[in-house]
Amino acid sequence: MSFTQEISFTLNGKQTTVSIPADMDTLTMLRDVLQLTGTKLGCGEGECGACTILVDDVATNSCLMFAVDCDGRHIQTIEGVQSEGGLDLLQREFVEKGAVQCGFCTPGLVMQGTAMLRENPNMSEVEIKRGLEGNLCRCTGYKKVIDATASAMAKSRGEGQG
Amino acid sequence: MTQDTAEKQTLIGKRIPKLDAPGKVTGAARYLQDIELPGMLHGKILRTNRIHARILSIDTSKAKALQGVHAVITAQDTSGVPLGFGQDNPPLKGDRVRCTRDEIAAVAADTESIAEEALKLIKVEYEDLPTVFTPHDALKDGAPVIHDKHPNNIPFTYDYEHGDVAKGEAESDVVVEDTFALHFVTHCCMGVGGIIASFDVEGNLTVYSQTQMPFLYKRDIAPVIGVPAEKIHVIQPAIGGAFGSKLDIYPFEPICVFLAKATRRPVRIVFSREEEFLASPTRQPMELTLRSGARKDGTITFRDVSTLHDNGGYTSWGATTPFVMMQAFSSLYRVPHCRYKTTVVYTNNPYSGAFRGYGNLQATFSVESHVDKLAEAVGMDPLEFRLHNAQDPGETTLQGLHLQTCGLKDCLNTAAERSGFVAKHAANRNGQAGPVKRGIGMASLFHVGGGAKIYHTDGCGTILKVDDFAKVTVLTGATEIGQGSETVIAQLVAEELGLPLSKISVVNNDSEITPWDVGCHASRTTFIAGNSAQRAARKARQKLLDAASAKLKLATEDLDLRDGQVVGADTGEPLLDLGKLLRALHFRDKNEIVVTSEYYEPPSVMQDKGFKGNVSPTYAFGTQVAELEVDVETGVVRVLKVTSVHDVGRVINALGIEGQVEGGVVMGVGYATREHLLVNDGHVTNPSFRDYKILTAPEIPDVDCAFIETMDPEGPAGAKGIGEAPAICTAAAIANAFYNATGVRMCKLPLTPERVLRALKTAAGEAVG
Repeated sequence: MSFTQEISFTLNGKQTTVSIPADMDTLTMLRDVLQLTGTKLGCGEGECGACTILVDDVATNSCLMFAVDCDGRHIQTIEGVQSEGGLDLLQREFVEKGAVQCGFCTPGLVMQGTAMLRENPNMSEVEIKRGLEGNLCRCTGYKKVIDATASAMAKSRGEGQG
Repeated sequence: MTQDTAEKQTLIGKRIPKLDAPGKVTGAARYLQDIELPGMLHGKILRTNRIHARILSIDTSKAKALQGVHAVITAQDTSGVPLGFGQDNPPLKGDRVRCTRDEIAAVAADTESIAEEALKLIKVEYEDLPTVFTPHDALKDGAPVIHDKHPNNIPFTYDYEHGDVAKGEAESDVVVEDTFALHFVTHCCMGVGGIIASFDVEGNLTVYSQTQMPFLYKRDIAPVIGVPAEKIHVIQPAIGGAFGSKLDIYPFEPICVFLAKATRRPVRIVFSREEEFLASPTRQPMELTLRSGARKDGTITFRDVSTLHDNGGYTSWGATTPFVMMQAFSSLYRVPHCRYKTTVVYTNNPYSGAFRGYGNLQATFSVESHVDKLAEAVGMDPLEFRLHNAQDPGETTLQGLHLQTCGLKDCLNTAAERSGFVAKHAANRNGQAGPVKRGIGMASLFHVGGGAKIYHTDGCGTILKVDDFAKVTVLTGATEIGQGSETVIAQLVAEELGLPLSKISVVNNDSEITPWDVGCHASRTTFIAGNSAQRAARKARQKLLDAASAKLKLATEDLDLRDGQVVGADTGEPLLDLGKLLRALHFRDKNEIVVTSEYYEPPSVMQDKGFKGNVSPTYAFGTQVAELEVDVETGVVRVLKVTSVHDVGRVINALGIEGQVEGGVVMGVGYATREHLLVNDGHVTNPSFRDYKILTAPEIPDVDCAFIETMDPEGPAGAKGIGEAPAICTAAAIANAFYNATGVRMCKLPLTPERVLRALKTAAGEAVG
């Protein structure tokens, strides 16, 4: 058995302490230890983006990050995205613009989009596309994901219907 | 009442968000990977590292001794009954391996990592056998025999003919012939494959499965695992993509059941991404030799086709793709004479299953390349040539496929108009300066639009119940794989019952509850399950209106259901709350509840031995125009825009149908330009997203979609199926656009820079290094 370490971090706004094996990745900790299964394992090698979470507001492939490196950080997962029990703006746009089909890549796309919108609320279409480059989707062909992100951006700037 | 509310609101054709989307954007949706049962163990499979070999011995003793391992099984622990369409594939191989993925042993352990550790401790001794990697080689005298049952390595052949191709050829002014070669690609579902198997104390088996065909799944897995079908309960958690990959049963599924049996514990097997690339089915690679002709006036005279399919080591659904391919050969445009012969050949390569389009991408790539060639040979514009040969509604093709509705000409004209095809096509051919050449190309498609009757029934069952509060629960046999069938079914039911969508709940994932359905394939779900749900709703509507009529002392035909109320049919005036009516029916009047059922069987037929007959109740047509740039110095092809116009009968969910088209087109662009599962001497050499590249967001073309509504009289609200169609003719349109840009015809895909440069250099008579 591998060496176990105790770490503390803020998870979706709540202080959390867990003991985990030192060689565990963050995705496994979230899914298997903390039972937060909204974050998905698509490839386990940082190629597909299904496991994207926010680490101190930066979109990160949780499959490539050691869990011990969460110590002292602010971690946000898809479970922490809802606002006041309902869908947040980007999630609502994903639903209404048809950006979801099988949905397996969706949590990762929502997290990636959330980070992008926080970082730059004035993205061009090209910037949105580039921002989504690391998240693979096999169903939608991306167009509606791009539309949903653009629309959420426009609405968050108070521009009404995007 | 205002005029607005008196007028009946419709949900059909609106942009309706998917009902399951909120659960998916919040991470609440539960996929197989997210389900943990009490006491559940983790299964892993040992796959061979040989390509073709005899197994001399398997030593599992060390693996069994590892702490945390609960069972190690080999072929000896299984029934040995083979599975798959060809029933030639034992779940665990005991005496011989035939291709790279072959399953030798399996472990159930406390954790995945212990199971992986245990796999490394299993020792297998082999004696290598001679290998064969191309159908051509496998057909030679003295070639290694892959399955003793088929000493010639040919498990299947198909022969189709109508008319007399010799006569057709004699009538031709131009004849063209080419050999096309299509490659291995794979589904790349974002959710990898997996299963959970769990027995109760009485031997009842529950499988959490990603199958696209829960009812045939029970029938087909039962003899392999030795559990009677009536003791098998199939639950389908949210499915992370399928595209045909989950149409057959694959060895990991019975293996998981055997592990659960051996350990008396629930066992879950979930693939790694690498395993997903190695061990899921592929689209069948093949070689197509097509000879076709036309008269000077542009009339197609004949098609003579032979294809050679690389079946790989075992037979899954991929072997049956000729069944669909022949429809494109026989019926994409009017074809007076057609012959199609195909040979499916075992090799030591990976084996293929069903993949969106089911052979039709390959067939259409060849046919539509030739249509352009013939048009050029007779000096016609590609659009004009196609219009000249396109069918009209009401025709029956010479394969016996009846085109009750047919929007092909509208698709052609609309796609051409929206893209400015004719002018651009002519302009590009006049020569372009600079290294970056623009091209525009078109291709059309023909596909079943309402299932395919390959079993004696192609039906789907619905049970519909309306509760005391006018909440409707629809139990449907139809499987949701992300395509949006759940939402379409709810729309059709809501429409009949005059209820908002929020009042409709669809249950579609539990074989103990839902009624029978063939499965999610052949672009059939909207059509077949939609018809079934709509008819069940109509029965409930009739029941409710009859009850209201008795209560209100008004004729049934003077009443309608709108917004949860019984209303006057002409006035729209609310007369009675539907909930109140239901409660009165239940508690006071007849002590009755409103439950209806329907089994919809489409008016299609099984084809005869010559593959003639109307196999689907309706057919889908479409035309795509691809616009691209070819950099002749680097060989890079950039697809800029795809205009995709489809005869869909009628749009039911505008949002959902656009999603199907956009996703299908992008998949088709990937097939045409870059996706390639590399198989070298039987080994898959690019089993990761790093090396197998699907398109990413910045790389997608602009997709302009439009829909031709031909209002199919048999379709639910007039609709046809659209699931597969958008992916079918994209590669052909791209190849035609490539020709328009460069004057070079590509008969092989994908159009990678290396292949493009070689082709351009060869065409220019330059030496190719």
